[in-house]
Amino acid sequence: MAEECCSPSEILIFTCSGSSNVGQVANQAAVDLQQEGIGKMLCLAGIGGHVSGMIASAQSAKRLVGIDGCSVACTKKTMEHVGLSLTDYVLITALGYEKGPYSGTMDKKAVDKIKDEMKKQIVKPIKIEVK
Amino acid sequence: MKIEILGTGCAKCKKLFENAQEAVKNLGTSADVVKVEDIQLIMNAGVMMTPAFAVDGKVKSVGKVLSVDEIKKIIS
Repeated sequence: MAEECCSPSEILIFTCSGSSNVGQVANQAAVDLQQEGIGKMLCLAGIGGHVSGMIASAQSAKRLVGIDGCSVACTKKTMEHVGLSLTDYVLITALGYEKGPYSGTMDKKAVDKIKDEMKKQIVKPIKIEVK
Repeated sequence: MKIEILGTGCAKCKKLFENAQEAVKNLGTSADVVKVEDIQLIMNAGVMMTPAFAVDGKVKSVGKVLSVDEIKKIIS
């Protein structure tokens, strides 16, 4: 949403928001990060749907943060599909969590761990490749 | 051609609008340059930062005051 005038959002957060347990943890972690003022969520579906405003918004951001629940990596792949690279990335199953059906009860400890992991990455300077 | 400047009316939004008008004038092209200040319409376009610049419904730039030359490149 266009809350700010004239200043690009520093950090945009994308998540797979998948239907599995880890997909839901990814979404909740992104929601929490936004509520804590770390960044702003933007719809991954809008990127996949080639919504020009969302793609242009992502292109203007300084950091693109992605959280994927599992190794299918929908967030990463969707961004790459439109030529965008994530600057910060967390893959939840790579942190030892097992993918399974979502029971309806959020794993808050997992959410906190993902948030902490992402916060660690976000404070680091972005690596710029010099060719 | 329809050029839309999406923004709630800040100084940079106005500057982008002026630059768009200037670019259209310089090129001698036929285009409507309009302001979109309704926050709901801006949000519906998926725009996270203003000002945004759209041509025929497609957003080309977000959060930047494009220069006259940059606009000319986009619309020509």
